[in-house]
Amino acid sequence: MTVLDAANLSLRDLNQTLQAAAKTRSNEAFEILNPRGSHAVAVGLDGPVTVTIKGSTGYYCAGMNKEASVTVEGSAGPGTAENMMSGVVTIEGDASQYAGATGHGGLLNIKGNASSRCGISMKGIDIVVHGNIGHMSAFMAQKGNLVVLGDAGDALGDSLYEARLFVRGEVKSLGADCVEKEMRPEHLSLLEDLLARAGADASPAEFRRYGSARKLYNFNIDHAGEY
Amino acid sequence: MDKTPDTEPRQSWTFSRETNSEIRRAAESGIYDIRGGGAKRRVPHFDDLVFLGASISRYPLEGYREKCETAVTLGTRFAKKPIELKIPITIAGMSFGALSGQAKEALGRGATLAGTSTTTGDGGMTPEERGHSDKLVYQYLPSRYGMNPDDLRRADAIEIVVGQGAKPGGGGMLLGQKITERVAGMRDLPEGIDQRSACRHPDWTGPDDLEIKILELREITNWEKPIYVKIGGSRPYFDTALAIKSGADVIVLDGMQGGTAATQDVFIEHVGLPTLACIRPAVQALQDLNMHREVQLVVSGGIRNGADVAKALALGADAVAIGTAALVALGDNDPKWEEEYRKLGTTYGAYDDWHEGADPAGITTQDPVLAARMDPVEGGRRLRNYLNVLTLECQTLARACGKSHVHNLEPEDLCALTMEAAAMAQVPLAGTDWYPGKPGF
Repeated sequence: MTVLDAANLSLRDLNQTLQAAAKTRSNEAFEILNPRGSHAVAVGLDGPVTVTIKGSTGYYCAGMNKEASVTVEGSAGPGTAENMMSGVVTIEGDASQYAGATGHGGLLNIKGNASSRCGISMKGIDIVVHGNIGHMSAFMAQKGNLVVLGDAGDALGDSLYEARLFVRGEVKSLGADCVEKEMRPEHLSLLEDLLARAGADASPAEFRRYGSARKLYNFNIDHAGEY
Repeated sequence: MDKTPDTEPRQSWTFSRETNSEIRRAAESGIYDIRGGGAKRRVPHFDDLVFLGASISRYPLEGYREKCETAVTLGTRFAKKPIELKIPITIAGMSFGALSGQAKEALGRGATLAGTSTTTGDGGMTPEERGHSDKLVYQYLPSRYGMNPDDLRRADAIEIVVGQGAKPGGGGMLLGQKITERVAGMRDLPEGIDQRSACRHPDWTGPDDLEIKILELREITNWEKPIYVKIGGSRPYFDTALAIKSGADVIVLDGMQGGTAATQDVFIEHVGLPTLACIRPAVQALQDLNMHREVQLVVSGGIRNGADVAKALALGADAVAIGTAALVALGDNDPKWEEEYRKLGTTYGAYDDWHEGADPAGITTQDPVLAARMDPVEGGRRLRNYLNVLTLECQTLARACGKSHVHNLEPEDLCALTMEAAAMAQVPLAGTDWYPGKPGF
């Protein structure tokens, strides 16, 4: 375990150290002290490396992550794990808005709550939120799975494409073209796997599934009022 | 009794035949008109400016003998690896999806032969495009279709697209006809659906966020790549100032004549500023922040010839970008396809239904049969030739003004032929020493 104290390192030096270690593919472990809400910590990691951040982070922590395992032992600012490609990013506390935005793959595991627009334009990432999520989450979500153990705010899944949404609690309202869908055995199986990967203590049977009604896929003037 | 003579039937200027045809089209279809390209209406443009040339007080340089340099370096502010171009003319962002793979390859080939850069578009980077483009700028768009860190690192520069001149404040629309299996796969979308591109970035709003976003992109790419910020001609002074404040290396400023793949006609024609009106406010912002030439300004939107290039540079731009003109150079709207344009209900020069994917020239299409008409090698040769002509023309005008580098052109070399152009370009109306808004008058 290598310990890096962010109080004594520039952001460039910190990230360069992590990025270089990821490239060696040696799965080295790092602990980062005193992140103090810094932005763009542990971004662009491109290989197997384990990073534990001892405190809260600012914007875009673990942005564009590939293969690395990043854990924030605190809360995370906006855009955490944005455009993530693979690997695992865990937030022990809460996540601010746009968590997992445009993510292509991997698992974003948020142990607390996530703010608005969680999973916006997601393109294949799996996101598990143990608490609640804010409004406009999964807006224009294209692919992947969003699992919420708590409640969802307004306009869940607005203008959704093919992403799957699973919510255990209440949904304040659904967005345009987002509908509740039948939970079939394959969805229960998928959900069981996601919950297990996220270490979530919940039964798939407690969730409801939401997805796209696909009415807005091709423009129709009769649907103009939906927009 | 003699019959009173008839007057010629008089068409209404307000309700012209063209206007009425649009009313009938709207009444029939119930939907607005979507098309490609930029503003078609006449707006004050570079044609409304002329160079003064040399005289007793200014001596010219000898054509074909004395050197007139054209090289430009973009990204000198923060990037470890700025982009060095042989000519001050770049190829603007156009997506694979909007354009055929062959057209994108031709753009890469032509730009490379001419010593300049080309740019990806919404939908990501294709291996063909990267392979044929010596210098490739990677657009970072609100949709983030196809966005991945590998392509980000493979790029020579990154262009964060905030807006474009054809539709400042608007997103994109690529209709289902063009969402083939490959295009859909790159964008993580179902095949054949109408693909909407977001108008706002999903993970930042405002200049403070943008500064952090730029920091993130620099950290991911080891501070090597120049970061461009592209803005539509809207509030050029403030947008330029805010982009500089956010840490941009290069500002790309696109006026309303700049093209789009597909947008509502009402948006294209009624939102945004003419290119001519954008340049001086942007340059003023750069100068006010002591960043002129430190942060480079690339101007686009209606650049057609070397005179347009020279005039944009004289007003303070470091380079220009061309899109529509590059497509025309490849063969877009060529009269040789007139018979097919007629079948589509249009004529050469006016064809703008690029979103329908039926382009006879094989450029704005994903139809493999049509796309095969576009020979990327020949297209690249044509684009190279065209870029060379633009450069030679620009040099000719610069030499006539006594400049040994095209960047030495200045507003003092110009005058305006109309009041509007004088006001927008802030150069004197021809024959006077005055322009509207000139301090002290």
